[in-house]
Amino acid sequence: MQNNRMIEITVGIFVALGLAALLMLSMKVANLSQFTSRDGYALRAYFDNIGGLQVRSPVKMGGVTIGRVVSIGFDTKRFQAVVTMNIEPSYTEIPADTAANIYTAGLLGEQYVGLEAGGDEAYLQPGDEITITQSAMVLEKALQEFLYNKTTKSE
Amino acid sequence: MTNVLAALGRRSLVSLERLGRGSLFLLRVLASVPGLLRRPGLVVRQVWSTGVLSLLIIVISGAFVGLVLGLQGYNTLVTFGAEESLGLVVAKSLLRELGPVVAALLFAGRAGTALTAEIGFMKATEQLSAMEMMAVDPLRRIVAPRFLAAIIAMPLLAAIFTAVGVLGGWFCGVGLLGVDDGSFWSQMQAKVLLVEDVVNGVVIKGFVFGVVISWIAVFEGYDAVPTSEGVSAATTRTVVHSSLAVLGLDFVLTGLMFN
Repeated sequence: MQNNRMIEITVGIFVALGLAALLMLSMKVANLSQFTSRDGYALRAYFDNIGGLQVRSPVKMGGVTIGRVVSIGFDTKRFQAVVTMNIEPSYTEIPADTAANIYTAGLLGEQYVGLEAGGDEAYLQPGDEITITQSAMVLEKALQEFLYNKTTKSE
Repeated sequence: MTNVLAALGRRSLVSLERLGRGSLFLLRVLASVPGLLRRPGLVVRQVWSTGVLSLLIIVISGAFVGLVLGLQGYNTLVTFGAEESLGLVVAKSLLRELGPVVAALLFAGRAGTALTAEIGFMKATEQLSAMEMMAVDPLRRIVAPRFLAAIIAMPLLAAIFTAVGVLGGWFCGVGLLGVDDGSFWSQMQAKVLLVEDVVNGVVIKGFVFGVVISWIAVFEGYDAVPTSEGVSAATTRTVVHSSLAVLGLDFVLTGLMFN
């Protein structure tokens, strides 16, 4: 009987351990804790070219991640890409004339939306659009322009 | 020439027949699983002998697989100056492939063989027939608890293997090679997704592998030729077939999940 009880206890520990491992994988590795903070508010921005921006790419302000890209679509009326971002609820006071740029972390790193605060007294409201935007730098385009300038100068 | 063809035909017929018997056997085992709800003690005991006793080999192998991943990943990534992505590399490869697959291979070797040998010897020593004489259904009393226990244990072992592996990779990368602790975790957390990686990889793959391994193990045991030679051959077949099945199924599952 004692033996049976020991077995039950060790099996209980085993199952708890397995579930704890699963919990650790979802919390610490997949970062469920941050993923669930879905409350917060949405902002929209239109870009001519989003480069390699992806859903779940970070939205940064001064280098600090304050939100994530929720969806990326294409507006067929404006012929521009529309990027919807979810900003964490603690950052509500973003000036209305904030500019959104798409930057690359490092030369080959992932791309993110960088917000640069303006000086407006009014704040962006949930669902608002960020009007001042700058597209992603496309390396091929930049190279092309550089080479074009080079050749025209040398003539 | 006709002899060769006949041999080929006989072999295919035998394999086909075994597959059919195995499937019917699986249906009968599944049918007796609900009856176990009234006797959970049987299952608990088997979870102990398949799961708890496999824990040591799973934890140690997980740690070493994680350490090696950390070391190799670092050596490759550092040439691109991207060693901060080490956490991502370690976590993704463990969650999606290495964790469930290596855990399943170890599980087949550690627990699957034990199941086959145990049931095979019960058959060889006519314990199963004795049970039938006493109107105890050996499928219900012997096979079904072992089958269910292995299915319960396998995903848990895969999760433990993966978690220990991530910690091993962390120890190697951050502790020994000097990767930044913060970027190790943050790169991992930014790119590893809950449903896509954790649920798909560890949980679903672990469950499927558990079903396949325990099915093969209990069937080989139950179907073994009741001699010591027969049991030994059945045990070998368990390891070979379940390893091949795990690796083959892993390819199919990966194709379905991550394309």
